[in-house]
Amino acid sequence: MTHNIYLYILVMAAVTYTIRMLPLVLIRKEITNRFIRSFLFYVPYVTLAVMTFPAILSETGSVWSAWAALLTGIVLAWKGKSLLQVSVCSCLVVFVLELFLV
Amino acid sequence: MINENKNWFLKGLRDGIPISLGYLAVSFTLGIAAKNAGFTAFQAMLTSLTNNASAGQFAGFTLVAAGAGYLELAVMELVANARYLLMSCAMSQKLHPSTSLFHRLLISFDVTDEIFGVSMSVPGKLNPFYTYGLIAIAAPGWASGTYLGVLMGNLLPVNVVRALSVGLYGMFLAVIIPPARKSKVLAGVIFVSMAASFAFTKLPLIADLSTGTRTILLTVLLAEGAAVLFPVKEDEEA
Repeated sequence: MTHNIYLYILVMAAVTYTIRMLPLVLIRKEITNRFIRSFLFYVPYVTLAVMTFPAILSETGSVWSAWAALLTGIVLAWKGKSLLQVSVCSCLVVFVLELFLV
Repeated sequence: MINENKNWFLKGLRDGIPISLGYLAVSFTLGIAAKNAGFTAFQAMLTSLTNNASAGQFAGFTLVAAGAGYLELAVMELVANARYLLMSCAMSQKLHPSTSLFHRLLISFDVTDEIFGVSMSVPGKLNPFYTYGLIAIAAPGWASGTYLGVLMGNLLPVNVVRALSVGLYGMFLAVIIPPARKSKVLAGVIFVSMAASFAFTKLPLIADLSTGTRTILLTVLLAEGAAVLFPVKEDEEA
């Protein structure tokens, strides 16, 4: 059986969209249950923290440049710098360090 | 109101710049995977435009390359993208209950790790136009990066790609760290999340699970634990 590449793309897009759409369309009201509210409040922090570490360590050519980028990001974010500043500075730290490390 | 929407849209465009740059780097490598799976540059770009999902697309390309069936592909996407279900649940509470179906359907198109994270970081309720601003600049970065990746995947210097690839993590930090400064509980939750995530990559059996599955497991376990131990009061949510 031969497969059509556009059908492949359609299947991928349809499944992915449905997953994202269902909760946003079905949960229209404010949830009043305190436990669920608290759970959903913590979701972004846990997910983003989990996805950042330790994944960031294997993104660069050296663990040390990755650690430096992580610490730079934490310090700048702590100081309240903008998304763009935190992000660009982390990249720059990796770029400059890897000129020497790799 | 119209002015307010416009301001949120413009703010979204500005905050979306780092997302777009990060996407450009990540989707470049995605383009290389697409090329290996037999996609043309146009087909790869179309996939990125309609999917907006890094892990899901990587997994998809791998299956397509292996000549998998449509059902198999659908199940794979379900597993690889299941974390978006949690994100959309959290986001549903960030929207004002009166937000129209139209806006809900439109936002659903691009609930990615990054757009979700940044959308959730605004104080108070989310104006959909802020998210549209983010999407308007980030989605083209994702699509064009994929396109370029297919065409000239091996031309961009490796050290530039590597440097750009930490940009998305920098952005995650910019989202989660500032609120942690004001709340010791949040700071603790973030620290424990990172530590547990590290442990999960080392533990036998669990380490064999896919990254997406580990992310879901950790999110459900830890957010639940935090909700039991430190339920939030109404005024703490912002």
